[in-house]
Amino acid sequence: MKRAGFTNRWLPVLLLVPQLIIIAVFFYWPAGYAIQSSFYLQDPFGFGSTFVGLENYTDLLSASEYRKVAWFTVIFTLLVTFFSLALSLLLAVKADNILRGAKTYRTLLMWVYAVAPPVAGFIGIMMFDQSTGPISNFFKSLGWDFTLGVNYFDTASAMVIVSVWKQVPVNFIFFLSGLQSIPRSVREAALIDNRSGMGRFWDVTFPLLAPTGFFLLIINITYSLFDTFGVVDTLVKGEPGNNPMTLVYKVYVDGFRGNDLGGSSAQSVILMVLVLALTIFQFRLVERRIHYT
Amino acid sequence: MAKVTLDGIRKVYPNGFEAVKPSSFDIPDGEFVVLVGPSGCGKSTLLRMIAGLEDISEGALSIGDRVVNDVDPADRNIAMVFQNYALYPHMTVAKNMGYGLKNRGVSKAEIERKVAEAAEMLDLSALLDRRPSQLSGGQRQRVAMGRAIVRNPDLFLFDEPLSNLDAKLRNQMRIEIRALQRRLGVTAIYVTHDQVEAMTMADRIIVLNGGVIEQIGTPTEIYENPASTFVAGFMGAPPMNLLKAKVNGAGTAEVTEGLSFPAPAGASGDVLVGIRPEDLEIAEDGDMQMEVKIVEELGANRLLHGDLGGQEFSVSVPKQQEVTEGQIALRIKSGEPHVFDANSGRRL
Ligand SMILES: Nc1ncnc2c1ncn2[C@@H]1O[C@H](COP(=O)(O)OP(=O)(O)OP(=O)(O)O)[C@@H](O)[C@H]1O
Ligand SMILES: [Mg+2]
Repeated sequence: MKRAGFTNRWLPVLLLVPQLIIIAVFFYWPAGYAIQSSFYLQDPFGFGSTFVGLENYTDLLSASEYRKVAWFTVIFTLLVTFFSLALSLLLAVKADNILRGAKTYRTLLMWVYAVAPPVAGFIGIMMFDQSTGPISNFFKSLGWDFTLGVNYFDTASAMVIVSVWKQVPVNFIFFLSGLQSIPRSVREAALIDNRSGMGRFWDVTFPLLAPTGFFLLIINITYSLFDTFGVVDTLVKGEPGNNPMTLVYKVYVDGFRGNDLGGSSAQSVILMVLVLALTIFQFRLVERRIHYT
Repeated sequence: MAKVTLDGIRKVYPNGFEAVKPSSFDIPDGEFVVLVGPSGCGKSTLLRMIAGLEDISEGALSIGDRVVNDVDPADRNIAMVFQNYALYPHMTVAKNMGYGLKNRGVSKAEIERKVAEAAEMLDLSALLDRRPSQLSGGQRQRVAMGRAIVRNPDLFLFDEPLSNLDAKLRNQMRIEIRALQRRLGVTAIYVTHDQVEAMTMADRIIVLNGGVIEQIGTPTEIYENPASTFVAGFMGAPPMNLLKAKVNGAGTAEVTEGLSFPAPAGASGDVLVGIRPEDLEIAEDGDMQMEVKIVEELGANRLLHGDLGGQEFSVSVPKQQEVTEGQIALRIKSGEPHVFDANSGRRL
């Protein structure tokens, strides 16, 4: 391949500058600032700050509340990721079987994707409303007295359900296109080789979907960790106190409600490290292992 | 190993298109049958119905003594080789070949033995641990063959398995597939649109056109006695010359004045006289005057294209024969001209 070159060596630099500035201003600068402030104790009323070294971190890790939120986040992430992937895979497999209807099906589901997280949260509140919500009424008819925003477990369930609902369409689209890119003749060969539909799915379809699945796994973990902020915010609005929340939401609560900038910064640094780890994991594993062609 | 019987098999696709008109034929045990016809004539549809990949709209299909219309593809004890090979991209060559056996509960040791044996036969032993993406087109083709062989099926189905290979490999595989099928004695149905493949491989050829069986016969029968102008034009390269003619009072088919051919008893009206280009020779005293316009060099022989009695005509002559453009005299070297009804296209 012929490499195109610039005659003026400053031109490429010039063209890169806007992008670099954006990254610097919106990413490196705040990240650097967060790292810096995580080593300081900020005066709640804005008068100066004191260097405290790693104290913010040690405080965090020993705080039982932080550990509780961390545990909730882990469970929340596992549940949301698992159910969004499993449900969307199921839907995609079903849709793939009746390809003719798939187009409208696809568009219908995609609408949910266009819903912004806080809006999803509001819809969630409406659906789960204690007296008028259809879902809480349904639960009630099953004998489960559902109280959103009051009962810890009920609120957590609503968070999981709304977050899953929001993420399923995205996964569905990816899974469906993954399924449709499996050559028809390969499936037909499997049809001749294996009489069991389940067997064919696990032996042929599923492995061939693995690259898509792995990509989605990372996307979904990231989604559950970070992008559910809007959902959580809307559902626990008012009293985060004894309601479940995720780590990202706690960064916001501690930093802006509690005015503990140092502690909040330390939390975001921990999250940054988590993202970094996830990204490295993704690149290492995905790039190396799950490619067949 | 089994005979295959199609009884009034018909295919109508959900959109209402009738891809295969009711068709019946028998394939005796161990026979190699080639389904041939132009693109879109329903060859794949017919094959896929036999495989169970496509529902049969009407009629009964039996493999062995069992009607299999409603039997799952996996339970028909068939093996199919696809045009694009359809190997499992995530499995090694060995796994690809053994997958069908594994699902039938064959023991691991037995699978290994059978795979090794097939690999030996197909010269794949060194490649057993590779993935399909690490193989050449020809090697993939062999793996697809291997996958079919290890199952020890009653019936082999091939859908244009060689069309993705280059000419040389195609010739070689053609011979290998034929030899393999003979050795294993498994009944085989082979779909192709290549008439050379059909002529060289088949015990019997089924010529399909527009979802209708035009003719069933051995390669020689098909070549010597084409049942219709379609078969005459489709089988044989270069295709048979077809001259428009009229049967006159004397009972001969007259192309123009002074150019007529014997017609079978009972022929009348408009007919087509078919003469294969290779059934003619140049002769001083020949009574067919042809105007040669183009000389095509084919290596072993030359093809002369031109005009006979005002109609297009081609002749094949051996390479030793010197020819120039212009007037030549021809004579029929062997056989009788074929005469077809001009309207129905059927042989008279
Ligand atoms: N799913 C389908 N729905 C409707 N019509 C179809 C369908 N599949 C095939 N056909 C039509 O049926 C006819 C026969 O198709 P088929 O694939 O059997 O042809 P073929 O003889 O194998 O041709 P080729 O040599 O090009 O492979 C074609 O006219 C095709 O357009
Ligand atoms: Mg075809």
